[in-house]
Amino acid sequence: MLEIKNLVAEIEGKRILDGLNLTVNNGEVAAIMGPNGSGKSTLSYIVAGKEDYDILDGEVLLDGENILEMDPAERAVKGIFLAFQYPLEIPGVATMTFLKAALNSQRKARGEVALTTPDFIKRVNEAATKLEIPKEMLRRALNVGFSGGEKKRMEILQMALLQPSFCILDETDSGLDIDALRIVADGVNALRSPDRSFLVITHYQRLLEHIVPDTVHVMANGKVVKSGGKDLAVELEASGYADYKAQEAA
Amino acid sequence: MAAVQETIDRVKAIDVDQYKYGFETIVDMEKAPKGLNEDVIRFISAKKEEPEWMLAWRLDAYKRWLTMKEPDWARVSYPKFDYNDIYYYAAPKMNEAPKSLDEVDPAILQAYEKLGIPLREQEILAGVEPKNRVAVDAVFDSVSVATTFKKELAEAGVIFCSISEAIREHPELVKKYLGTVVPVTDNYFATLNSAVFTDGSFVYIPPGVRCPMELSTYFRINEKNTGQFERTLIIADKGSYVSYLEGCTAPQRDENQLHAAVVELVTHDEAEIKYSTVQNWYPGDADGKGGIYNFVTKRGDCRGKNSIITWTQVETGSAITWKYPSCILRGDGSRGEFYSIAVSNGMQQVDSGTKMIHLGKNTTSRIISKGISAGRSQNTYRGLVSAHRKATGARNFTNCDSLLIGDKCGAHTVPYIESKTATAVFEHEATTSKISEDQLFYVMQRGLNEEEAVALIVNGFVKDVLQHLPMEFAVEAQKLISISLEGSVG
Repeated sequence: MLEIKNLVAEIEGKRILDGLNLTVNNGEVAAIMGPNGSGKSTLSYIVAGKEDYDILDGEVLLDGENILEMDPAERAVKGIFLAFQYPLEIPGVATMTFLKAALNSQRKARGEVALTTPDFIKRVNEAATKLEIPKEMLRRALNVGFSGGEKKRMEILQMALLQPSFCILDETDSGLDIDALRIVADGVNALRSPDRSFLVITHYQRLLEHIVPDTVHVMANGKVVKSGGKDLAVELEASGYADYKAQEAA
Repeated sequence: MAAVQETIDRVKAIDVDQYKYGFETIVDMEKAPKGLNEDVIRFISAKKEEPEWMLAWRLDAYKRWLTMKEPDWARVSYPKFDYNDIYYYAAPKMNEAPKSLDEVDPAILQAYEKLGIPLREQEILAGVEPKNRVAVDAVFDSVSVATTFKKELAEAGVIFCSISEAIREHPELVKKYLGTVVPVTDNYFATLNSAVFTDGSFVYIPPGVRCPMELSTYFRINEKNTGQFERTLIIADKGSYVSYLEGCTAPQRDENQLHAAVVELVTHDEAEIKYSTVQNWYPGDADGKGGIYNFVTKRGDCRGKNSIITWTQVETGSAITWKYPSCILRGDGSRGEFYSIAVSNGMQQVDSGTKMIHLGKNTTSRIISKGISAGRSQNTYRGLVSAHRKATGARNFTNCDSLLIGDKCGAHTVPYIESKTATAVFEHEATTSKISEDQLFYVMQRGLNEEEAVALIVNGFVKDVLQHLPMEFAVEAQKLISISLEGSVG
């Protein structure tokens, strides 16, 4: 369960989050929508622990624990996963090698035994098959030369492998064609469980037809300005964000 | 911002001066009088019981050196070095050469033990497979204190001993080859070395013999205010093979120490020498105080047809590194290879690379150089690939990549490509990249802590070179690279 209380954050003196409040319960899939510049991606980076931001006020509690003092690796070990909008390339590091290092590093930090190589390979292959990722791609350097769709599927593969308890999907649908969208959505839906929550950041309602949310929040000017059920997304598609921007100005 | 401050505090707490070989060994030492003059050279020659011709060779070199000017074209800067302010000879006091390890000063043996270097053959032999044995020549300041497995190697006809011993016991071989690959006149530091060299390794592999074990030398500079000038000569006769590893460490000191070595390799027809170096001389502290000046001339002469010389190096230490292990591809069909990882951190300066000189027909060379700069260091790759007019069919592939960590360091590439034959094919690829904050954040978000993340990214970067190191040393090299980069981010 993630609770964000009155979060105020700036980057280089510019205020991005202005007293944001948000709660995502266990098992909940919450969508965040909003105009460009509303702070959606910033929110995802701050929860994941990116260091460029100044947190002026507020708390981010994961299962009651304030994670703002922890570095990204510690937060990952606690169960946070961010599916990047623009996944990074890591030249020279085979995808398999990377996956194994990440998984075993997290297991070690939690005091668990590292997976043996055969067990690990089995898990990866199972997950890769479901996401229609060819085995050959796992031998290539991580994300190097991958198309946009391939990179997004690779993010979901990592999520499936690491079994996080809080997943943030940062505009996972951007750059995906219809088929890739279906594969990614299926991958995410397969991971839905009572112990896991999702924060799905998107501009478009289309993704939310495949990954049906329990709650929809609208962000504008660094705050959550409206919350509702999945129908709110349909409304937004029709009316756009103008109303919310007008409210803020007023 | 709380998280950022915590990172800053944690990085500050990491001691950048991580050099764990910085201990000094207190041992009774015997030294030549300070300074450089003919008397000191005679002193060295006498200590080593050298024949007259060797002393004459040294004195000629010294006279020549006095007429030369110190070069300053490399992309390194250092305060003027006073050649008269150091000791050119320092050796642990011993009545006569030790016949067994039991006779070597235990403090010295302890030093090598601390460095993890296997001198006690008995311990190695007991319960260890023959193929894991490594014969070691241990050089402590100016002398070789022990060479292991000499008897076994002698049975195969292999000569592996200190160069001082070779000058006494195998003068015909030394006379035939010494100074033929790196002439006395070659450069300022080689000339100096020719005058005052103190010890190093000598290897001769007879025709058709594949050396039964890896040979290695560990150089340890211990005494302060000394220079170390070692001289190594390796000859692989027709159809023979040897793999040789050199390791180097030195204690942590505030003053700089000079290390001006000369290494000459010769391969005859169908022979092969694989020469690997893991260099971890004291690099100076985070402010650039102290550290070894590593000015080295290394060259291999592929005299024979189809002979091969491979240089593999992992350089992580030294305040200043100035070296270009090179190959003269004389024999038709000969091949030269150079694989290098040069890491610089703190205030280190590196100007290093290689020269591949294509002279014979259908010669090939391959250069893979990976430079990693961190801290406030400067790392320069300088390479020469040349083909003589008659070197028809010469082929070269060069790939030099630089990785920058942080924004206060520098990486530079200075390639020289000279071909005088239209039939040569020279390929050159170069990249410069940075470990970006975003990359680090991405890797850390997956659960790897900062150190693991940097190690992962750096490992991917140097993979191509690591696979050319003998396996045991690849593992050691990986660890060494990690340690050298500790505290480099943030």
